[in-house]
Amino acid sequence: MKKSLPLIFAFLVGFVVLLSEFIPHRPFNQIVSTLEGWFMIISGFAILLGQISLIRMNTYKIIHKVPNWQYNLAGLISFALMLSFGLLWGMRETPGILGHGEGITAWLGLKPFDYLFENAYLPLSATLFSLLAFFIASAAYRAFIIRGLESNLLMITAIIVIIGRTSIGTMLTGWLPESLSFWHIPNLADYIMEFPNTAAQRAILISAGLGIVGSSLRIILGIERTYLGGGK
Amino acid sequence: MQKYLLFFFIIIFSSSLSANIFEANDSPWDDGKAIDLRWELSPMVQQVVISRYVSDDNWIPVHSSTEAIGSFTDTGLEANTEYQYRLNATFSDDSLVLLTSAMPSEQWFYMGKLGFLLILLLVCLAILYYIHAAHHGKEFFIRHIAGLDSMEESIGRATEKGKPILYVPGISDLDDIQTIASLTILSHLAERCAEYNTDIIVPCRFSMVLSAAREVVKEAYMKAGKPDAYKSDNIFYLTDDQFGFVAGIDGIMLREQPAANFFMGSFYAESLILAETGFSTGAIQTAGTAQAHQLPFFVVTCDYTLIGEELFAASAYLSRDPQQLGSLRGHDFGKALVILLIIVGVILEILGISNLKEFIAGAIT
Repeated sequence: MKKSLPLIFAFLVGFVVLLSEFIPHRPFNQIVSTLEGWFMIISGFAILLGQISLIRMNTYKIIHKVPNWQYNLAGLISFALMLSFGLLWGMRETPGILGHGEGITAWLGLKPFDYLFENAYLPLSATLFSLLAFFIASAAYRAFIIRGLESNLLMITAIIVIIGRTSIGTMLTGWLPESLSFWHIPNLADYIMEFPNTAAQRAILISAGLGIVGSSLRIILGIERTYLGGGK
Repeated sequence: MQKYLLFFFIIIFSSSLSANIFEANDSPWDDGKAIDLRWELSPMVQQVVISRYVSDDNWIPVHSSTEAIGSFTDTGLEANTEYQYRLNATFSDDSLVLLTSAMPSEQWFYMGKLGFLLILLLVCLAILYYIHAAHHGKEFFIRHIAGLDSMEESIGRATEKGKPILYVPGISDLDDIQTIASLTILSHLAERCAEYNTDIIVPCRFSMVLSAAREVVKEAYMKAGKPDAYKSDNIFYLTDDQFGFVAGIDGIMLREQPAANFFMGSFYAESLILAETGFSTGAIQTAGTAQAHQLPFFVVTCDYTLIGEELFAASAYLSRDPQQLGSLRGHDFGKALVILLIIVGVILEILGISNLKEFIAGAIT
């Protein structure tokens, strides 16, 4: 029963959602949004699980003084601060338990939650995102090292696209006559991005789509049940 | 008599020439939330404004145009409700007001999705046929997937080094099929880890994924006959924030130095940050995603990459269950069908016949 009930639910819900994709009439056209609402409600309750897990794991590491336990302490303090500020004075137009906190807002310029969000969270997030530029450089260097025919082709293509996307590309081949405009580097870069690149991406997307159909069918029919924990 | 008839036809013809038409009709084959509006006015028109009646003589403009003949679809309406429309046409020396009304209604089938339905039915029938054939003992050849074959290598290395394995089930919630596919791979990996007494660390971005991942790993340990070796604290929630999650995993990779990293599921901008950090620690890395834009990053930085469909085939491939393997043959049928449709479509387009393209494009729009 523990396994068969979820399987029956998966079959019924999967089948009805599939039908609703092709039937615009009520109640089918409302089923997906209703189920999404249910999912949001369940997710809301599940957030508590995540928070319990977060507090438990960090507290354990702090109590047992595992190496680098200071990071866990910093994590817990940050969590507690944001939670308290949000609860006490709210965020943006939403009031907290103590209202809008006009005094502290006048002192900080923003509500405490928003102040930390703007001045701590956003810069940290942006810093991590900006690391991507350096990682792209190091990954591209490794990818473009000439080892064989494929990497050679990859490097040539990459150079055309990189140069074609900058003003150097326009400058280098800008003198070409109109009849040879295809060989103008920015045009070559556009051609590579528009045709070979799009074709390859669509091939991946189509095969992934077929994989999704197969996977969904296996789940709906109960052939695939490892996601419930365990096999047959 | 002939004179009268001639006069009658002249009157009809001349009136049709100068007729101003403004029509509203329910949009066909939809969920009853749109009305198609069409107008035909004198070519002298300078401005056309269409308004919808709201209440108390209040009209809100929904569309404006300078074309004498045109159409517009008003969307976001309520089904089975009468809507009144007013067309204000401005001419150089005159103006005109036309009124019409229509009631949108729901239909029982999206006719535009007929092509999609037929293709889906064909693919589903093929998958069901191959599952049935496999169930009756027919064996199918399934090509090797290096990324999945390497699982043993990763576990072996982690066991030798006495280091854990890091498994990231993507950054999407449980409503993404890629996360479900990732959890099925996690189940097989966790079972092998349990057999070799190797720890598996699973950081999760969403609480729903956390509870599902815990259940999957726990069951895998039970299946391996080592329920006592299961550590629930190794499957934990980090944060809902995308880059906070990445920072947390990067920290784990640098501090714990896992011997193998698995990135399976849905990934976005953070894919390269994760994989490149993992590469710097020297871990064996296996990634799998159906996000076409992130695949190049994984291909460059990981030792093995499951590309698109391979992620969804992983569970069947790893389980070696004949029925699941049969379904993979169904995927191949789908691919053959798509290739055939592309070839036929290209030939028909070259010949100037667009019926097939329009039939299939209807499903997309």
